Formats: sequence, structure tokens, C-alpha cells
Amino acid sequence: MSATIVQTKEYKNKQKVKDNFISAIIGFFAFVWIFPILWTLWTSLRPYNDIISYGVFSWPRHLNLDNYFQAFRVMGLTKYFLNTLYVMVPSVILILFLGSLIAFVVSRYSFRFNLTLLLFFTAGNMLPTIATYIPVFWLYIKIGDLFGNRSLLYNNYFGIILIHVAFQVGFATFVLSSYMKTVPKEISESAILDGCSVFRHYWNVMLPLLRPPLAALGVLMSCWIYNDFFWALILMSEDSKRPVTSALRQLQGQYVTDFNLLAAGASIVAAPTIILFLVLRKQFVSGLTLGATKG
Amino acid sequence: MKTAAVDKNVRSRRSLSRNDRFTLGAFVGIPTMLQIVFLWAPTLITVVLSFTYWNGINVGDIKWAGLANYKNIFFDSPVFYDALKNNVVWLLWFTFIATPLGILLAYQFDRKIKGHQIYETIFYIPVVLSLAIIGIIWNFMLQPGGFVQGIMGRDIGNAISIWGNYDINSYVIMAIASWRHIGYIMLLYLAGLKAFDSSLREASAIDGATEWQTFRKIIFPTMRPVNVIILVITIIDSLRAFDLVYIIYGTSTAWPLLNILAFQNFAGQGISMKGAAYSVIALVLCVVPILVYLRNVFKEDLQ
Repeated sequence: MSATIVQTKEYKNKQKVKDNFISAIIGFFAFVWIFPILWTLWTSLRPYNDIISYGVFSWPRHLNLDNYFQAFRVMGLTKYFLNTLYVMVPSVILILFLGSLIAFVVSRYSFRFNLTLLLFFTAGNMLPTIATYIPVFWLYIKIGDLFGNRSLLYNNYFGIILIHVAFQVGFATFVLSSYMKTVPKEISESAILDGCSVFRHYWNVMLPLLRPPLAALGVLMSCWIYNDFFWALILMSEDSKRPVTSALRQLQGQYVTDFNLLAAGASIVAAPTIILFLVLRKQFVSGLTLGATKG
Repeated sequence: MKTAAVDKNVRSRRSLSRNDRFTLGAFVGIPTMLQIVFLWAPTLITVVLSFTYWNGINVGDIKWAGLANYKNIFFDSPVFYDALKNNVVWLLWFTFIATPLGILLAYQFDRKIKGHQIYETIFYIPVVLSLAIIGIIWNFMLQPGGFVQGIMGRDIGNAISIWGNYDINSYVIMAIASWRHIGYIMLLYLAGLKAFDSSLREASAIDGATEWQTFRKIIFPTMRPVNVIILVITIIDSLRAFDLVYIIYGTSTAWPLLNILAFQNFAGQGISMKGAAYSVIALVLCVVPILVYLRNVFKEDLQ
């Protein structure tokens, strides 16, 4: 008896040493991982001339936030941040709303086409984006011409919102429907017995119960849409209307020689998603994992 | 039992009022329309267009091309095979190196090794960054006068061109792509491991199994559903790869991928629908993994 205890103790001690070793190795890699970001931050605090005259590894003569003020002033970041909001807020609301509608019908009413619908939406989210590019581009221009205003969808926030919604609603549907399966059916049955209309059943009964996955998805979707630069780059022809990430992509070409300024710009644009992640990490993780590894 | 269930469904459907039926129709109809008009229809139209010549402006100008675009790609476009090779390299790298590393990290963090919380956060941060920012950060690290060249002892005068050097740019691109992918996989796997019964692990530890044996013989096999999903996600992501390389090289074909060629052909000449054919090839390669994913995720519902 006591022999086994001693043995386990010895084993545990050995394991502890090993674990510390593993932790140290991973710690080293974690440092390597975060280093490019730290280096960018560090450079953004130094004036351009400092690096030019003393080299990258020189001890800083000046450390200040000048590059940050400069980035806001010269690059006009405030305007681009507002553009991002115009795209992001309506997109996220629409994605959550439309996704919850389909998820609600699929999980609460038994129609024959339920599974087909769910498969259709989930698969839609996985299609390669590029494959839709030519027809979408053509369609946007034609719909615009039809209403006598070429920039009704093309070169308009509305067009970018629509494409984000079309692409992401499948993911929202999938996540919300798998969550709804865990909500007891009895709640719905009693709502129907009480004579709730379909709309009230959705709005007053189900929607309040969906708050946790809606919050999780909202955080995740905001991050994805904030980060997308591709659609805004090809569907927006005017630079001044671009959201901040695609604007940054354009500015990169413009300020390529002044990397300290560019580093400050990149840090400013990266800050919202990093802060969002650090503060709302739980929502982030549950949104992602509910979607990817259910079952 | 079965008849009772069917009966109940029929009754619940009949009991729907006209108003309710209208509401349900709208609930399903609006999102479905949106998805068809802006996603599925464009994809199918691209498939049709890949068999035509068109300048992308007037529908009247569309000319039937038969297999000409594909013939051109397969027989007269050596760049296609470069792209295919790069996609395969990407796929192999992600499947055999990046994804296993993510799983390994998840496993260690799940054991709550010292500092696991801060490590988790660090490894996940690149995942929340936009590729536009990732492009700037890495460009900045690797450019002449940047950190990496500095460490290698090369100042601006004798710097090497990393993006233009074919011996190293593949590795660099894979490294940057992994910078993002590993954290993503780690997080997914970690969530799967949380559901794992920890008493099994303790039992195997008491039996004297090493950590590696425990992982290989007990944890990994039990995690099979998660493994399959992660593998399929890895494959689909590799075939859809586009953004990172686009950020680095734009529409040039310095490091081609199928989707880069597709986009380059749309954005560039616009005379043929060769770009459509490229994106159809990428799409076809994605179909099987997408089906495998759906089958795994909806396993219970499909039965």
C-alpha cells in the first residue's frame, strides 16, 4: 500500500519536472509568437529619423506617441473607422436576425425540408468566395442601372453589407440551430398551446433564450467583418468610403517608406479586435467552438 | 410510437393559421432568397461562365467556348501547375505540421501546465488580426532594415529580398500562415478536450502510462469526431487559401495559388473566362471535403 503511494509520489515529482520543462519550451515559443506584435508596437513609439540614423537595434533616443497622432491626422483614420461602423453594425444585426429566423423554423417546426435547408445554409458558408466574384460584380452594376443609380450597390455600403450577410448567415444559422436543439421542446409546446402566433413564439419566447449564443456570435461576426478587407477593396471604388482595414491596405502602398508611421497605423487598427478578444474572450471561444465542433 | 409522432406533426401543421403560415414563409423565404441570389446563383453562374468567352459587361457578348478555357489551363498554362503545387504544399504543411502543433498545444494547455492561460491568449492573438495588418507586421519584420534581416547581420545595403527569393518565400509564407492557423486549431481542439472525461486520464496515469502514451492511445482516439472536423477544416482552408498571398503579392503570380489565378484573370485581362475556370477547379476540389464535413456535423440528423 505505502509502496504504491511512494511510487505515485515519485512519478508525480518526475512529471512535475517534465511539465516545467514543457512549460518553458512553450513559453519560449509564446514569446516568439507575440514578438512581431511587440516589435511593431515598439517601432511605432520611435521616430522614423531615429531608426534611419542609428539603426533598427539602436537604443531609442526618443520615445513618444507622435506617430499615433500623425497616423490619425495624415491617414485620416477616424473617417475610415466610421466607415467600418457603417458596414459592421448593420451586417452583424442582419446576420444574427436572419440566422435566428432560419434556426428557429428548422428547430421548432418539423417540415420535410428542414435538414435540406440547414445543409444548404451551412454549405453556403464554406464556398470559396472568389467563385462568386464575377456574377456578383455584374449583378451589382445591373441592379444599380435598373434603378437608375449605378452606385446603389456597387461602391455603396449597402452592397458590402449584403455580401457579408449572404456569406455569414449560414454560419449563424448553423450555430444557432445547434444551440436551439438544447432548449427544451416543452417551452415551445406550451407557447403553441397558449395560442402564441409564430411571430410571438419567435420574438417573445425563443429570442430571449438565445441571448448567450447571439452575444457570442455577435462578437465573432464583428471581428470577422471588421477584419475583412477583400470585399471592400473590390466593391468600393472610392478610397474615402473604404472601411479601415482595406484603407490600411491602400495606405501601406502610400506610406511604405515611413514604417514607423505605418506601424502606428497598424497598431491602431489592430487594437479594437485585440481588446475585444481580451475582454470578451469567453464569447469569442464559445461562438467559434459551438460552430466548429458540435457533437 | 412512430405514427403518433407523425400524427402530431400533421396536427401542428394543420393548426397553423394563415397568418402563421405567412410568417413562417417569410422567416424561411427572406434569408433563403438572399443566400440564393448572392451566393448560390453566382457560384453556379461562374460554373456556366467557365465554358464561355465573355468580357464581363454585356450578356449578349457571351460566346460558347466549350472546354477551351480548361484546355488552355491544363495544356498551355504552366502557371496552373505551379499553383496546384503551392496549394498541395500548403495542404501538406497545414495537415502534417501546423494542425498537429495546434493539437499538441491544446493538449498541453488542457493539462493546465504552468502559465497556460497567458500562453493560450498569446497563441490566439494572431487569429483575431486582420490579414491586412498581418501583412504589414510581417512585411515590416522581413523587409530590408527590418528585424529579421538585422538579426541575420544584413543591413539595408546587403539585404536579401525575401519575397522575391524562391528558395525561401514558400517557407516564409507557410510560417506566416501557420502563425494564424495554429492558434485557431488550438482553440477548437481545446474546446473538444474540455468535454473529455478526465478520470480516464487519471486512470491511465496511475497505471503508469506516460503522457505521450495517454495522448496517443486514449485521448486522440476518443476525440475522433473532433479530429475529423479539424482535418476537414484544415483541408478546406488550404484549398480556399487566398488572402494572405494576395496581401503579399497582389494579383501578380509570384507565388500562385488557384484562387489567386482566378482573381488575377478576373481583375486583369477580363477577355476570357479563364478566371472562372480556375475558380471552378478550386471549387470542385472543395466539394468532397465540404460533403465530409456536413456528413460529420449532421451525423445524427441524417440518420
